[in-house]
Amino acid sequence: MIENTNIFTRAQVHGPADYGTPLAKGDFDRIGTPIKSYWMGKIGDAQIGPIYLGAFGIASLLCGFIAIQIIGLNMWASVGWDPIEFVRQLPWLALEPPPPEYGLSLPPLNEGGWWLMAGFFLTASIFLWWIRVYRRARAHGLGTHVAWAFMAAIWLYLVLGFIRPIAMGSWSEAVPFGIFPHLDWTAAFSIRYGNLFYNPFHMLSIAFLYGSVLLFAMHGGTVMATSRFGAEREIEQAFDRGTAFERGALFWRWTMGFCANAESIHRWAWWFAVLTPLTGGIGILLTGTVVENWYLWGIQHGLVPPYPNSGVVDPASLPVPGGGQ
Amino acid sequence: MKIVFWFGGVAALILTGFMLFTAGWERPPIESAQTGFRGTGMVEVNNPRVDPPRLEAQLAQVPDMSPLPPDTPGPSAGDIYQNVQVLGDLSVVRFNRVMQSMASWIYPEQGCAGCHNLNNLADDSKYQYRVARRMIQMTQTVNSQWASHVGATGVTCYTCHRGQAVPQYTWFNADPANTAADGLTGWRNGQNRATEQVGLTSMPEDPFTEQLEDSGQIRVIGDTALPMPGEVGTSIQTTEQTYALMMHMSTSLNVTCTYCHNSRNFGSWDQSTPQRVTSWYGIQMAQNLNTEYVAPLSSELPPHRLGPTGEGQKINCETCHQGVNKPLGGLQMAEQYPSLLGPSGGTQVSSLSDQDVEAALAAVELSDTE
Repeated sequence: MIENTNIFTRAQVHGPADYGTPLAKGDFDRIGTPIKSYWMGKIGDAQIGPIYLGAFGIASLLCGFIAIQIIGLNMWASVGWDPIEFVRQLPWLALEPPPPEYGLSLPPLNEGGWWLMAGFFLTASIFLWWIRVYRRARAHGLGTHVAWAFMAAIWLYLVLGFIRPIAMGSWSEAVPFGIFPHLDWTAAFSIRYGNLFYNPFHMLSIAFLYGSVLLFAMHGGTVMATSRFGAEREIEQAFDRGTAFERGALFWRWTMGFCANAESIHRWAWWFAVLTPLTGGIGILLTGTVVENWYLWGIQHGLVPPYPNSGVVDPASLPVPGGGQ
Repeated sequence: MKIVFWFGGVAALILTGFMLFTAGWERPPIESAQTGFRGTGMVEVNNPRVDPPRLEAQLAQVPDMSPLPPDTPGPSAGDIYQNVQVLGDLSVVRFNRVMQSMASWIYPEQGCAGCHNLNNLADDSKYQYRVARRMIQMTQTVNSQWASHVGATGVTCYTCHRGQAVPQYTWFNADPANTAADGLTGWRNGQNRATEQVGLTSMPEDPFTEQLEDSGQIRVIGDTALPMPGEVGTSIQTTEQTYALMMHMSTSLNVTCTYCHNSRNFGSWDQSTPQRVTSWYGIQMAQNLNTEYVAPLSSELPPHRLGPTGEGQKINCETCHQGVNKPLGGLQMAEQYPSLLGPSGGTQVSSLSDQDVEAALAAVELSDTE
């Protein structure tokens, strides 16, 4: 029983390689001869490959490669092509969007033009990959839930880098491509618009994000705790509730009075996950376009708890401009 | 039981990784003191093993001061010595004391020779002499007109110099090449470097030129709930300039954001601490001193003292503060040097800024009693 709490898979199957179902006419071949890895089998399935790329997959990788090249080479150029500085400063480097004065016009190549181009290829890559996810699901007779969940994330990405900048009338509002620079952008964005914590859609997004984490832990924990009764065979248990899911459900019913079932837990999880970027994207889109200062907006709508006035007065508002100037 | 070991092991591994590969970790316990209304997170944090010793080490370096001699009537320094353009109306005894103190504050090794031609003390051909003369005037201005920032404590040469000819913490106007978009690739808009002066962030590495020299716009937060039609708001890039300056102020004073602000809304004054008013005057003061006193001296300086734009080093918050919220812990040095408190014989300086501060402070007391 203790092995159920292990972080590694406790049982691996090593048999003849599984090449998968026959492909439809006109599909590309699956690439690669399958190999078996004991160590990969510790955390996932022991078989690696073959992989189906197809036309959309290849086009997506190509566009993604171009985007990464534009970003990476511009970062490298920004340290004067010094390889050591490139590695040292990598977390600080970025490809910046155009400065505000260019608005939505086409900026010079080196002043945001590369940023627009990288954004175009990255977006193309993401959409091509989305088509691939959708078509693979259809080709295997699956629902398209994964594709639509992916689309929720794409929505947030598009709001940040495309839809909101257009609504604001300036590419400079978009996020730079860089590790720390995009984090600094996030902090500056929240401060500029009066603290995003008072944005109700930001609140919703956080609630769904933390909710997703909670549901993930509860579900994963329940399944592992009942795996010795066969809980990992989730699909069968959804239709014919066996000992494992019966026990899991009873555990939660008796713990908190109400419980999911083997089907609904996955619906909860999917919706929580999807609503995280969906609501987050709405919150970002409203910021600066519809609401200028979320804190002041929150005061108007009774959202902000009142604290005692500290009595400090803006020195710039005093009758005589201060400092002997 | 096994899961506990796994859990603990992974947590220990992650923490160790962070301690090894990220900078600036200090071991607990850290002291914190509440400074604002409950629940606002307005606390000051201090490491009792790092912060008091830093100040103690700075105070241990302060040279001994000879007691202020009585102001005896008689010939003044300007009557006795030649080419005394400032401090000339001091008595000779007091004048010489200031000179000796300046030597120990600024040139403890070279002494008088740091600024003077020892064969002719009145010869101001050394640039250090001419710079020092202007710096005395700057010190007098700070003490007489910027009580709003320096209070009654005031400053002396030592507040910044600390035994060095050039203060340790200064800045140059950034190389225009950092912001230039020449060539086809690699434009970085003057940011995206691990820059110590802005707290190792990737934000603009020179927020000082615009905000501590030119009177750049520091207020970036929208002051209405909804956007005003037809108004173009402040850009994120400008916001990062201000943010970078605030990081500089925070690290220079070794304080957190909540030393001045209630971080739920950085812009609102009625939730800020009185320190923010002092700090606001500090920004005005730095702009004034850099523009009126420091920048114009660039023409006096030799090439090796000039930065990439051909101007000399300039001052920011760290120049005086050096990691302490009150420079030198508020040590009363200036009162021992009345001649540095203002241009003697000049106009009586009852500065307007004083009244401003008093008004602000009175308002604080008023709201406390309500």
